[in-house]
Amino acid sequence: MRLARTIQLAAAIAAWVLTTTSVPAAQTNVAVAANFTAAAKEIAAAFRAKTGHEAVLSFGSSGQFYSQITQGAPFQVLLSADDARPKKLVDDGLAVPGSNFTYAVGKLVLWSKTPNLVKGEATLKAASFAKLSIINPVAAPYGAAAVETMKSLKVYDMLKPKLVEGATVIQAYQFVETGNAELGFVALSQLTGPATGSRWLVPQELYSPIRQDAVLLKSGASNEAATGFIAFLKSPEARVIIEKYGYVLDGQS
Amino acid sequence: MDGLADDIWQSVRLTVELAAVTTVILLLVGTPLAWWLARSKAWWTEAIAAVIALPLVLPPTVLGFYLLVTLGPNGPGGWIAGLWGGRTLAFTFEGLVVGSVLYSMPFVVQPIRNAFAAIGDRPLEVAATLRASPRRTFWTVAVPLARPGFLTGAVLGFAHTVGEFGLVLMIGGNIPGQTKVLSVAIFDYVEASRWREANILAGGMVIFAFAVILAMTLIDKRSAAVRP
Repeated sequence: MRLARTIQLAAAIAAWVLTTTSVPAAQTNVAVAANFTAAAKEIAAAFRAKTGHEAVLSFGSSGQFYSQITQGAPFQVLLSADDARPKKLVDDGLAVPGSNFTYAVGKLVLWSKTPNLVKGEATLKAASFAKLSIINPVAAPYGAAAVETMKSLKVYDMLKPKLVEGATVIQAYQFVETGNAELGFVALSQLTGPATGSRWLVPQELYSPIRQDAVLLKSGASNEAATGFIAFLKSPEARVIIEKYGYVLDGQS
Repeated sequence: MDGLADDIWQSVRLTVELAAVTTVILLLVGTPLAWWLARSKAWWTEAIAAVIALPLVLPPTVLGFYLLVTLGPNGPGGWIAGLWGGRTLAFTFEGLVVGSVLYSMPFVVQPIRNAFAAIGDRPLEVAATLRASPRRTFWTVAVPLARPGFLTGAVLGFAHTVGEFGLVLMIGGNIPGQTKVLSVAIFDYVEASRWREANILAGGMVIFAFAVILAMTLIDKRSAAVRP
């Protein structure tokens, strides 16, 4: 009897403590396409400073994340490198319908560490190099855009034997960075540091726009940090960061 | 379906080639090394043994990272590739062989070393008293006695090379017929959400691994029966 009363009292005290202290910050796991790594880190820091919520970021290829999410990976938000996979997740019933939106439009760059090596499309047509690195075109949109560019310039068949594939944009970048490939198609967002070597910003008419979509997964629908992160991604504060990292915002070009 | 079969066979052939070449090289290099490790009394023997064993405990990404740098145009690999007019050993079959030899070395050297060590001094001394030259002793006494060790080393080295992934992903560049081995092909299919193909390959790998482990156990059993 006395025990029951003690428990009741303890429960009452606990309830009172919980209601008077501030709500603890929520946490969300966000899967981020590798090309968006640097920008996402800065956005997550700004998000934490503004809301107190924690966005825990994982980086990889969009294809890999799609596979993992269909198998119940514990992500609440996906920042994909394409618009097809977020849409597919909605169709699969794994993401909240209508929550997918374009957070950034990616730009493709042909880049080399060697000064004067890259001089625009002429470089591709001359093909005086041994290896050209791209991202796996099946799994990553930047790879598909690179293939599309080469096809638009009618040099794909000629260059095919020289192509090496990285699993993510980061790997494709490293092949060039270490000098193993003389040049490579990478995301403009990876070249935000001091300008070294030579580069060619591929004209938009040579490839379909790389629309990078974000989507809220069903597991995050009631997670304050997840919905907050999606909202924050649309805020002017986040858009400034996104532009700073070499992306174009939706509706501009 | 035909396209799929071609892709898969190309990866299978490449993987078997890589594993076979690696195993042969490791037997040639690893045998004298294992002999020296087993017989040497020098204080730094164990230090060398530890260096050889490093790939057992290091993540393949560590080896992959250093190889990407050393095989590249600014490292020794670039110089070697220059001998036949290449720029880099990365993205080549030869580069994968270099990586696999380093990566699978402990799996070949250690069983052979243990087999040599298990022989002990006595049989070799007996052979010497019967006026056999050291070379003859090695070939007619040590090698036959260490046969199970060679078998274990060869099977393990082969299987381990077949199972390589991180290293190949980092230095290979995913070139069909050159560096796209089975483990990377599976990774590719999963990335592309082509699960049927991934399933076929992964299932095959499971059966292969099971066969290897079973073979190993049987070799062990037989050698135990042979030992006095």
